Amino acid sequence: MLTLIERGGEIADEITELTHPAAKGAHVVGITGAPGAGKSTLTGRLIRHLLTLGLRPAVLAVDPSSPLTGGAILGDRVRMDDVASDGGFIRSVATRGHAGGLALSVPGSVRAFDACGFDPVLIETVGVGQVEVDIAGAADTTVVVVNPGWGDAVQANKAGLLEVADVFVINKADRDGTNDTRRDLELMLDLSHVSGHEDTSGYRPPIILTTATDGHGVEAVWDAVIAHRAHLESTNGLERRRANRFRHEVRIRLGTRVETSIAAVTADLEPDGRSPAAVAIELATRLLA
Amino acid sequence: MSNAPVTRVVLAKLGLDGHDRGIKVVARILRDAGMEVIYLGLRQTTASIVAAAEEEDADAIGLSMHNAGHLALAPAMIAALAEADLAIPLIIGGIVPEQDVAVLEEAGVAAILGPGAAAEEVVAAVRGAVSA
Repeated sequence: MLTLIERGGEIADEITELTHPAAKGAHVVGITGAPGAGKSTLTGRLIRHLLTLGLRPAVLAVDPSSPLTGGAILGDRVRMDDVASDGGFIRSVATRGHAGGLALSVPGSVRAFDACGFDPVLIETVGVGQVEVDIAGAADTTVVVVNPGWGDAVQANKAGLLEVADVFVINKADRDGTNDTRRDLELMLDLSHVSGHEDTSGYRPPIILTTATDGHGVEAVWDAVIAHRAHLESTNGLERRRANRFRHEVRIRLGTRVETSIAAVTADLEPDGRSPAAVAIELATRLLA
Repeated sequence: MSNAPVTRVVLAKLGLDGHDRGIKVVARILRDAGMEVIYLGLRQTTASIVAAAEEEDADAIGLSMHNAGHLALAPAMIAALAEADLAIPLIIGGIVPEQDVAVLEEAGVAAILGPGAAAEEVVAAVRGAVSA
């Protein structure tokens, strides 16, 4: 089923129709951060922890496809134990040309896991830079993983990834610079308060220190996710997020269809003396008619 | 992107064998041939490979063997796949002495790639095994 969802097209749409009513509302947790920050190792440790809690977690581990050949090396499982025998499920996903840190198939696959009784569903994004924030539109709780020495206070206040964090994790916290990084993040959160951009419901993202390779701090990460979920539930935030997620998915699906149409109408376009702007306006009128 | 099927290959080192230079090269070759490689890394078991192949809906499994264990490990892998009811072709790469090639083929290994195999041979072996 996941393979058909990843392949896309009409069959994938039909599966969405079938799984949509069966979805039970599993908590969806996004794990994102720069390449090599320790997302996979942390995710692997989290699944182990969730299994000991008696939960049935599923993971979608996203890695990039080559823009040149379409091929991909999906290496996230290297950092994760085999958990199938204990009731967990790990699926590696290639982005297949989609930017933003996720694959187009992710919402459909999350829904399929949910319909099959997996809860929570963890999504590990590709290693991201500053603007790949698709995950915030796909998850209930977004965990952003950074490392000591990743940047200074100016980096921390730049727009993008850090703004969408519900939980911060400073992984590799056994290294030098952990306290500096924590201070920079705390300051960044303080400034959100000063500028009036903080969460109006009174939530402040916690900063958790972990050393994922030995499991240190992993339980605290999950406790923070649960605390965030409880906060969402007590403030109608979960409904807001899921409405947002719904809009986000509709938008992405719509965008894909429009892109296909654009590719079709521009494939055989030849210069004809008119300006690109004039041609675009004419085609836009035709496409959106 | 198109809705065409993409070949997905699980690559792993089975058992105690730390020589992973070759398998990393193979991973890169298959990636550049447009396939999706799910790389499991070192010290896998037949059970962990079966689980991964199932969860990842693999079209082929490639195991790298440099520890002279192929006569025991390859048949064990094939038995594990059969027990899980998975009809996924198994390809062995690495150091397999000439006299063992027929033995492995007899045991059901789809293709055997030695140290001198060119990139095109590797890709052709996977494509051939998948379409067989």
